[in-house]
Amino acid sequence: MATAATAAKPLLVEVKGLRHFYSGQDHLVLDDVNLELTHGEIVGLLGRSGSGKSTLLRSIAGLIRPSEGISRLVPAPDVPDPSVAMVFQTFALFPWLTVLENVELGLEAQKVPTALARKRALAAIDLIGLDGFENAYPKELSGGMRQRVGLARALVVDPSLLLMDEPFSALDVLTAETLRTDLLDLWAEGKVPIKSILIVTHNIEEAVLMCDRILVFSSNPGRVSSEIKVDLPQPRDRLEPAFRALVDDIYARMTARTEITAPMRDGQTQATSIAMVLPRVSTNTLAGLIEEVDGTPFDGRASMSELADSLQLEADELFPMAELLQLLRFAELRGAELVLTPAARNYAQGDVDQRKALFAQALMAHVPLVQHIRRVLDERASHEAPARRFRDELEDYMSEDYAEETLRNVTLWGRYAEIFSYDEEADRFSLEDEHS
Amino acid sequence: MSSPDRFPYLTGARPLPAFSRMLRLTRPSREDAIAFVILGGLSVVFFHAAQGTVAPLSTLQLAPVTLDPWDLPYYALRTVMRMFAALFASTVFTLVVATLAARSRRAGQLIVPALDILQSVPILGFLTFTVTAFMGLFPGSVLGVECASIFAIFTSQAWNMAFSFYQSLRSIPSDLEEATMIYRLSPIRRFLKLDLPFGTPALVWNAMMSMSGGWFFVVASEAMTVGNTKVTLPGIGSYLDLAIAHQNFHAVAWAVGTMGLVIVAYDQLFFRPIVAWADRFRFEMTASAERPHSWVFDILRKTRLLPVVLSPLGAIGRMLLAFEPRAGSRRIAPDRTARPAFEWAWKVVVGIAVLVALVLTARYAMRYLTWHDALVAVAYASFTMIRVLVLIALASCIWVPIGVWIGLRPAWAERLQPLAQFLAAFPANVLFPFVVIALVRWNLTPDIWLSPLMILGTQWYILFNVIAGASAIPTDLREAADMFHVSGWQWWRQVAIPGIFPYYITGALTASGGSWNASIVAELVTWGNHRLVAHGLGSYIAEATSAGDYARVALGVGVMSVFVLGFNRLLWRPLYAYGERRMRLT
Repeated sequence: MATAATAAKPLLVEVKGLRHFYSGQDHLVLDDVNLELTHGEIVGLLGRSGSGKSTLLRSIAGLIRPSEGISRLVPAPDVPDPSVAMVFQTFALFPWLTVLENVELGLEAQKVPTALARKRALAAIDLIGLDGFENAYPKELSGGMRQRVGLARALVVDPSLLLMDEPFSALDVLTAETLRTDLLDLWAEGKVPIKSILIVTHNIEEAVLMCDRILVFSSNPGRVSSEIKVDLPQPRDRLEPAFRALVDDIYARMTARTEITAPMRDGQTQATSIAMVLPRVSTNTLAGLIEEVDGTPFDGRASMSELADSLQLEADELFPMAELLQLLRFAELRGAELVLTPAARNYAQGDVDQRKALFAQALMAHVPLVQHIRRVLDERASHEAPARRFRDELEDYMSEDYAEETLRNVTLWGRYAEIFSYDEEADRFSLEDEHS
Repeated sequence: MSSPDRFPYLTGARPLPAFSRMLRLTRPSREDAIAFVILGGLSVVFFHAAQGTVAPLSTLQLAPVTLDPWDLPYYALRTVMRMFAALFASTVFTLVVATLAARSRRAGQLIVPALDILQSVPILGFLTFTVTAFMGLFPGSVLGVECASIFAIFTSQAWNMAFSFYQSLRSIPSDLEEATMIYRLSPIRRFLKLDLPFGTPALVWNAMMSMSGGWFFVVASEAMTVGNTKVTLPGIGSYLDLAIAHQNFHAVAWAVGTMGLVIVAYDQLFFRPIVAWADRFRFEMTASAERPHSWVFDILRKTRLLPVVLSPLGAIGRMLLAFEPRAGSRRIAPDRTARPAFEWAWKVVVGIAVLVALVLTARYAMRYLTWHDALVAVAYASFTMIRVLVLIALASCIWVPIGVWIGLRPAWAERLQPLAQFLAAFPANVLFPFVVIALVRWNLTPDIWLSPLMILGTQWYILFNVIAGASAIPTDLREAADMFHVSGWQWWRQVAIPGIFPYYITGALTASGGSWNASIVAELVTWGNHRLVAHGLGSYIAEATSAGDYARVALGVGVMSVFVLGFNRLLWRPLYAYGERRMRLT
């Protein structure tokens, strides 16, 4: 796993056999994760939302205790007492403290003498380019400047490891780019005593742009599915063919694994069970995506990275859509390319009723939970059934919240396809409104 | 040891230069003089009134309350001091108890339901018990009686303030909590930097509302009967009590006028500045368009006196930080109390406590009470319940249309909203004599005509919640309704009522709880020798109190608590949940 070059460097973080369950429930978030971080590298954790990468980051930070396994900071000769700092997606600034007070927060907690703390905080603010804003309150600042405060607050405590949780995803494209470049410059020039950076992201390009190593996570449960070394020299150019090739490669790796076949306890596979993990995508989004791929310039086949660009979607948002298309046999994935099936092309051309009929067919054929609900309603003389019953069934396989969300999602699909109807007040499914 | 940490409240808007600027010699401005005079006057007045509270008990007999209007300012002062002492106690209670409940899962399991129930207990009924207890604590001193009075006000404020602060703490964004952990803030520092500022705006608002409720009790708790003796503390409430006993109409009017002035004064001098100051702690990342204004706050800021006024807070913060452990722990400590053995032991302890309490209560009840008593209390409670229901319905019919009308007109809403709040703050029991005079003159049935008194003070909650709800109806919805010519009943059914529903329920819930409480003073009123009684649980408790019948007071209070809780659980909460689910506009 580690090459000879990285092995020579001292270890900073060691994660071994990490497993984590959501509190009290049997929903597995992280499964058997192993990770080693050495001095001098930027490592990216790339994955869908819900792949547990934030959970991993938080167990390294010591914010949560993993259910099993270890995660520890490794002391080295030059770093006898390694420490962490974190930059948050939402900045996590205290709105009632000024920029200076926010930056001083960690120093005060460490009981650094006031004068020294002031000096170090001002230096950090200076380094990060916020001169003149020391006495401003966060609400006076733009998003990018707020994240600079977050960065200064992290750097000022001289952490050995800098953890970043989707640090640029709440910023607009240009601001994010500037901040990335500034951070990489600080890192390259050695102006900060940080030994290593671990960054969580769902932006594939961002990962390729910044990281020396990328760990791709699969979801449900979160596992490291592949590890990619990025050898491109810094500064990297997005338009360079090697860069593009790497991005496409990662797209392919992340979309490759779509069939979830974790064995269930009764020997069924998830693919044929009502517990199948269903992507949360609305019918409108699905229709929009099919139309986009069906139309020019794609004409039925589109590479995922181009599609993401053209629709201005994060990879993270695109994957569930592509997954649902595959599930309903509306598309296939060939490498990193999404290819529509004839059914989907018919759908794109159809009118509202034809679309509904095609969607209903696909749901009944490929989504066991929809089949199950419909069967129960057909079998009952009253053609009615409480939603509670299906939720309870789902809870045998997944957490309560997850079951609720899954059923809500399927309810929307089923109502749209007119497979069944649902009364929110009574929380019941029925067949009565079918004539419409 | 490092030098003292700077505390955010110590300084004003620009923390760095503020302290040096304060010391800089500048020519005194006009604001300086005004602020100096105000502060100086306040402290003189404070010490004068404070002397009265530690005097021996006999002074109450030597200098009884008189009906001389010139004594009223002093009485008002004593009353106000009781209010603020209670507010201070409530705030301390809130900060300690609510923080404990939010931080410790175990403490929360006990504290939260306890607060919920205490909110429903009619406090006035307890006066009898607490006076005896506090007089025992400070034998022979006025302080004991003062404490009992303050405690009565405290109980009307503390529970909902604590509840609101607890809810604030529970809604702190997780990223801020994680930041305090990553940067290893000690629990004390975390409390000062995160919990306290985050909870402050809601706490201030709630304190303001609780203060309104407190007036009601201060008036009722200044003249107390202990066994056979009547203890009267100097204050507006006892002045009023005396005026009623003497059937002195002018004195009643003087008291009412003074009360109005006092309420306006503490609102302007105390709460407005605090609301304006607390605005900086509102958790929002965008600058708000409308900031609360206060002329007192502006003066304090202009005169650079704000740091002086706030410095005690800073000092308390630094004192707390002195207890901070040397260095924060590296990793989060595991929750030791989560272990199954601990869990089990905890359940056993709670179980035993419940059993013991049950046995003790049952033994007490069996010794002094019969089943017949319980039946009578429940029957009376039903009378009061019917009154509450009918009154809430009547008040709704009147105030909902008016509130909607006002709420849809921003110019009016802005002017009338504070008025409605003032009316809610005004202790309605001050106005009871006027009603009694009318009842006596026209010989009206107390069972019916005393009832409106119960809702006199609490109906305003319905009004100003409806105003708030109506002004929150989005403009686009109203425009859409106009566009399609939705009017008449359809407009009420589909636009107005769904729009105000959750707000209305909040208002009606508060009004109903308040009315139950008010029934204790509203179902039994006097005017000189005239004594009017309406049948109900309120008069049941009031009569038992004056007879010194502790067992029946306890029974009445218990039954009322059960009724109020039942009302909340079975009527208001389901309605609120329904509104949240079906009629939320956003």
